[in-house]
Amino acid sequence: MSRKWVLFLPLSLVLLLAGLFGYALLSGVDPSEMPSALEGETMPAFRLSTVQDSRDMLSADDLLGEPFLLNIWATWCPSCKWEHPYLNSLAQEGVRIIGVNYKDERELAQAWLNDYANPYEIDLFDPNGDLGFELGVTGAPETFFIDAQGVIRYRFQGPIDSALWHDELKAVYDSLH
Amino acid sequence: MTRFIKPLRELLVLVLIGAALTASAEQEQRYFDNDALRDRYEQLIWELRCPKCQNQNIAGSNAPIAADMRDKTYELLHQGYSDAQIIDYMIERYSEFVTYKPRVTWGTVWLWLIPGAGLLTGALVVLWLARRSASQPAAPISAAERQRLNELLQRESDES
Repeated sequence: MSRKWVLFLPLSLVLLLAGLFGYALLSGVDPSEMPSALEGETMPAFRLSTVQDSRDMLSADDLLGEPFLLNIWATWCPSCKWEHPYLNSLAQEGVRIIGVNYKDERELAQAWLNDYANPYEIDLFDPNGDLGFELGVTGAPETFFIDAQGVIRYRFQGPIDSALWHDELKAVYDSLH
Repeated sequence: MTRFIKPLRELLVLVLIGAALTASAEQEQRYFDNDALRDRYEQLIWELRCPKCQNQNIAGSNAPIAADMRDKTYELLHQGYSDAQIIDYMIERYSEFVTYKPRVTWGTVWLWLIPGAGLLTGALVVLWLARRSASQPAAPISAAERQRLNELLQRESDES
């Protein structure tokens, strides 16, 4: 008779699930936030020119040696414009940032970098989004944290601002060294 | 009656033209070496999920990334990739999210195990209940109860 608790098993399971769903709803879990398939992987090989010079071809090896942020941006992307001043101040603090101009036009990208200052040590030009595809990019801006050996350690979707950097991302960047 | 039919017919023609135009706007012009390849393409873009837009496949999505994935699917098909290889290629870049049929891994095996475990638990509970009621025969009724029962049965048969 003492085993009557078995009858309450379904109810407790339902309550457990309700708790789980309630937690997911109320704690602000973002369902559009996706894990990157590439964290822990070496960055994909590519061969792209720079924004400034169509004859200046670079490959992944040209980026390595020191940890860096790989920032995916475009002139058609409003949040990239919003993020841009903060990237400039990060670059001034000595953070190494490499830009990937994603699915854009060379002239527009050049004008942007002239007008709004250039935070990028290297500007890659990815007009067809080939490197973006290899990286699993779904839109701009996105920032990959890559160590000196070229291993992708972290991917951040969306624009970076001062609060985000100091609360979360700076620690990730420091851990790359 | 006939004076309504002509405007109606014109309206219908307009609606059909509109439908045809929107349909062709969504359809990309693609050329395939053979029909088998086209069928596999249609199947794949139906099965792959757009990573940018929630709950849309790449066939139905207008997101730029979905267009890129359709291009890549088309390209890989013509390079001789198998369907499974193309899906793996997408998963390697866009994570498990892009497939509606998750592969069996330590992270996803629960999708199969939990329903099984639920069924098993349910079956065990039912079995346990059946066993318990079988092992405990109903207590014999007392003389007073028997008399009351007989009265009730008597009344029933009288009424019918």
